[in-house]
Amino acid sequence: MSAREIMLKRIAEGRPALIPLEVTVSPVESTYPGLIEKFSEVLQGIGGEIKVVNHISFVDEYLYHIEAKGNRVVNCMKGLERPSELLSGKGQASDYENVFVACIKGTLGVAENASVWVDEGDMVNRLLPFICQHLVLVIDAENFVANMHQAYQKIDTLKSGYGTFIAGPSKTADIEQSLVIGAHGPRSLKLFVIEQ
Amino acid sequence: MLPAIHLKKEDVSNTFHQHLGTEKGNNDPQYLTEAARNHLREKFVQSQLAITGVNFAIADTGAIVVCTNEGNADLGVHAAHIHIACMGIEKIIPSTQHLGIFLRLLARSATGQPITTYSSHFNKPAAGKQMHIVIVDNGRTSQLAKPDFRNALKCIRCAACFNTCPVYRRSGGHSYHTTVAGPIGAILSPNMDMQANADLPFASTLCGSCTNVCPVKIDIHQQLWKWRQTLMAGGYGGVSKKAGMQLMATVLARPALYRFAGTMARKMMHLFPGLLKNKNLNPWYKQRNMPAPPKQSFREWYKKNNA
Repeated sequence: MSAREIMLKRIAEGRPALIPLEVTVSPVESTYPGLIEKFSEVLQGIGGEIKVVNHISFVDEYLYHIEAKGNRVVNCMKGLERPSELLSGKGQASDYENVFVACIKGTLGVAENASVWVDEGDMVNRLLPFICQHLVLVIDAENFVANMHQAYQKIDTLKSGYGTFIAGPSKTADIEQSLVIGAHGPRSLKLFVIEQ
Repeated sequence: MLPAIHLKKEDVSNTFHQHLGTEKGNNDPQYLTEAARNHLREKFVQSQLAITGVNFAIADTGAIVVCTNEGNADLGVHAAHIHIACMGIEKIIPSTQHLGIFLRLLARSATGQPITTYSSHFNKPAAGKQMHIVIVDNGRTSQLAKPDFRNALKCIRCAACFNTCPVYRRSGGHSYHTTVAGPIGAILSPNMDMQANADLPFASTLCGSCTNVCPVKIDIHQQLWKWRQTLMAGGYGGVSKKAGMQLMATVLARPALYRFAGTMARKMMHLFPGLLKNKNLNPWYKQRNMPAPPKQSFREWYKKNNA
């Protein structure tokens, strides 16, 4: 018998009587007066920045200024005009090692924990949101929900091969429990909310 | 969680100075983390293979979820060509919608964060890459077959029981001499090897704080108590513990003998203090002082003062 067969046999023999699964997770209603306000409060608490703007050209402007200082800015979003490097193809880790800012579209924002769902289709390369020094996410104002229960009803986790909730910049407290922002992933996270 | 909690920042600084060439005596966590970041980034970018754990696996989609605050798992996996994810059978939850509950529980119970910085959902490898999921038994099916102890397989490894445990907080992870430390480790490890891990369920105050904070409601202190009985019945308690318990039972069940033993003990302590203060005979004395022996017992004092 293979290890797999032995394990399955032992599970079948040893497991308790099965009970019916509670299939639906009961929805949790939001008590937040404003989703973006709540999101903003939580995001600032975990070291991220948020800017609510009324047009995507503000993102253009922001990225342009960073690029003008000689930094490599990589954009994965359609609709931006000025950043020079529009990423479409796949590359290797060494191709992205020196990316200073990456700009990626977020699908959904979750107010209770300030996380943003980012799908593989929008990040072009899975490595990009992690290898860049600073991450810029852009999300439409209508794409916010109150909590994780609602988030999983809205997003399609099987849309592509990979997706992730990103909440703030990377961080660690491995040395004497002192919080340090900027562990292995981005040192900062800036979220633009486009309010049309 | 917090793998190096037993080290001081000075220790980290010395190790980094020795191996990464950081400034001697610079103990700033920000500076040290930056040094680790730069050093490890090179390794991440060059590696061809990345190994991660799994926080949750979804039964009805075959997807796995990996959570980190540092971004180390994602950086490693996406840079490499091959991803190997290792997990136990207990990581499997029924469906995607249940992640809404488990992701909330994990971060809240681990560090008090609303969610980990990165909660990454892997359905399949990136184009042209490989992803392998290894399901490890390592004692889990035998734990599952023990009705008294199978509840421990609910564990999501949040470490809330570590953080609250008065024993763990004093002694740290290495004192458990097992992969999983803390109260949960003390009920998982005897299942793997009763002989080697017989000490763990006894190194507890049974205060129940672990059970109280456990987000998946494992009856940890009850299981510690049950393991004690299982271990003693199986003869894993050791001769001295068994003999000691028998002696105590005999003495405590006979009031006259108890009084006599008390009187004798106080006399012996008074006449031969070296006997108790011998570190070989009395391990308790190794890190502690013995109090002065009282002249009389409480019973004697009470009889005298309330006659």
